[in-house]
Amino acid sequence: MINSNARTLLDIRGLTATVAGVTILKGIDLTVRAGEVHAIMGPNGSGKSTLAKVLAGHPAYEVTGGTVLLEGKDLFALAAEDRARAGLFLGFQYPVEIPGVSNSSFLRLSYNTVQTGRGRDELDPLEFDDYVREKMKLLEMSPEFLDRSVNDGFSGGEKKRNEILQMAILEPRVSILDETDSGLDIDALRIVAGGVNKLLSADNACVLVTHYQRLLNYITPDYVHVMESGRIIKTGDKALALELESRGYDWLLDGGTSASAKAAA
Amino acid sequence: MSAAVMHPFVEALVAGGRTLPASTASWLNTRRAAALERANALSAPTPRDEEWRFTDLAPLNRLRVVPAAAGASVDVAPFTVSEAGVRLTFVDGVYVPALSSPGALAAGVTVGTLAETLKTKPALIEPHLALHAGFDQQLFTALNTAWLRDGAVVHLAKNAAPNVPLHLLYIATQKDSASCPRSLIVAESGAQGTVIEDYVASGDVADTAYFTNAVTEIVIAPNARLHHVRLQRESAQAVHIASCAVSLAKDASYVSQSIAFGARLSRYNLDVTHQGEGAEAVIDGLALISGQQCADTHTTMDHVRPNGRCTQLHKTIVGGSAHAVFNGKVLVRKDAQLTNSAQQSRNLLLSPNARVDTKPQLEIFADDVKCAHGATVGQLDADQLFYLKSRGIADTQARNLLTFAFGAEIVHRIPVKSLVARLERAVMTQTQAG
Repeated sequence: MINSNARTLLDIRGLTATVAGVTILKGIDLTVRAGEVHAIMGPNGSGKSTLAKVLAGHPAYEVTGGTVLLEGKDLFALAAEDRARAGLFLGFQYPVEIPGVSNSSFLRLSYNTVQTGRGRDELDPLEFDDYVREKMKLLEMSPEFLDRSVNDGFSGGEKKRNEILQMAILEPRVSILDETDSGLDIDALRIVAGGVNKLLSADNACVLVTHYQRLLNYITPDYVHVMESGRIIKTGDKALALELESRGYDWLLDGGTSASAKAAA
Repeated sequence: MSAAVMHPFVEALVAGGRTLPASTASWLNTRRAAALERANALSAPTPRDEEWRFTDLAPLNRLRVVPAAAGASVDVAPFTVSEAGVRLTFVDGVYVPALSSPGALAAGVTVGTLAETLKTKPALIEPHLALHAGFDQQLFTALNTAWLRDGAVVHLAKNAAPNVPLHLLYIATQKDSASCPRSLIVAESGAQGTVIEDYVASGDVADTAYFTNAVTEIVIAPNARLHHVRLQRESAQAVHIASCAVSLAKDASYVSQSIAFGARLSRYNLDVTHQGEGAEAVIDGLALISGQQCADTHTTMDHVRPNGRCTQLHKTIVGGSAHAVFNGKVLVRKDAQLTNSAQQSRNLLLSPNARVDTKPQLEIFADDVKCAHGATVGQLDADQLFYLKSRGIADTQARNLLTFAFGAEIVHRIPVKSLVARLERAVMTQTQAG
């Protein structure tokens, strides 16, 4: 939902980043306002997932230039855990398995640290149990997932539901969902997307990183951006995603090449 | 023949073995005498022996032990396992009825002492006792067998299935003592059960040295299943040397978790032999040590017959200047075609002075087998750490949680809830960096 008076939640300016000495992001500009849903699409290796990880503070990536403000605060001055407390959420493309840590204790520890960071009260185990069970209904998850180790032995769909459950629990301002649709069958996709839709409001925003238009049938984007070689080369509305679905990326990439060739000339 | 000086601990145990009254069972006297002869002849291992390359026996050689006297009374409350249907308690190697709890057992289940079973049902033990744990070249097993006077016997008759765990509790209470706990566990065909073998120390020996030299023999008949939980929670100055020999018949199943928290120096030899076709073994280990501790685990998986399966996950968490050793030998003999074996050794170092020596050892003589092995030594997993931090969990807390989880993965495989909770707390206490 676009409201040009809404306040800016995430403001990315001229962001460049490297991994292992290779420049992946070559100048990203993106403004995300409250209430908006953005989709970032693009071919493999265009830097979509890197953008998601850089924002969340993954230690393998080095920011080499540009600024990012999260509700006006300098994101890169914050450690990864402080970004989460400040309201940033990354839904992982490959959620990490942690054998030996029960999902319930992980979720409660995460919730309580984030709450404390926001100056709110913690929940004791019983209160949290009620709270989390309510949220699990959103994602049609069985309570038995609380007793299992974090993501350990979960199917692809179960892992992605567990990601969105964490989003539901932590109530972030800005959620970046990295290929949340990958590996999901149609029922799981419907459930996961339905969960995300219920969590979206006029006060928060969501950035969907995806390969496929399929997800956007369920979660309607206000903006669709196409990334290529570490830059956003085109921005449109949801019609752009449909056009990409039928025409592929080549027409944009060719245009991009000739445009830069012209600029160079 | 050996010109080597006999170590004080050997001398003490050999002398003690000589003075044992003869048993009424002549076969037992014969086996004891043979073991005594070997104990006399063998010299103590040194780092020049391949099997003891990384483990220095100095803390044992320094000890001036005497065979333990009859056990004093001790509070067993801290060591009881609420789910256990029966508990046999041995204090310094000697059975103490007053501290044991017989319980009502299912049909076909015998849990008792060696001395008593020798009188009432000798046929249950004669075919097995001292025949599985070899002592020809193994000094410590020879000493234990020479000294054999009492111990625990668990016998599950054909198709017997006690639905509660059986608890064998060995408590050390005497400073500078040596004891030789002995256990025999037999599951006849189709039987299934869970046995907890538990080595602990009373408060009296919390800061003093003593020597536990334990031997366990486990025999699993066709289609029988045994779950074996082994806990070594000796005092911080103790020396604990133990062997366990497991014999698997056709389609038998053996699952074990061996947890080592205690002892200044510990060594556990687990030897599993797939005597029958299609047997399965799952052997998990966890050593959690710090300070000056050394914990050494040597396992041998001997596949004699075809279609055997074995999965092994051995973990160590090493802090302070502690030293963990793991040697995992997998032997696949010529006839053991279609063996499937997977071994993992995972080690977590918590301090710059901590040390791990890990060595997989594969000897394969069959040509159609699958044997995977891997070892990792290092710090915490960076992806797991980032995942937790991305959820708002602070760095120190995330590290503590992952260290805990590293150990808890093994603890959670134990099928006894109260024990899991107790061990979780122990792992938590030892792994929290603050």
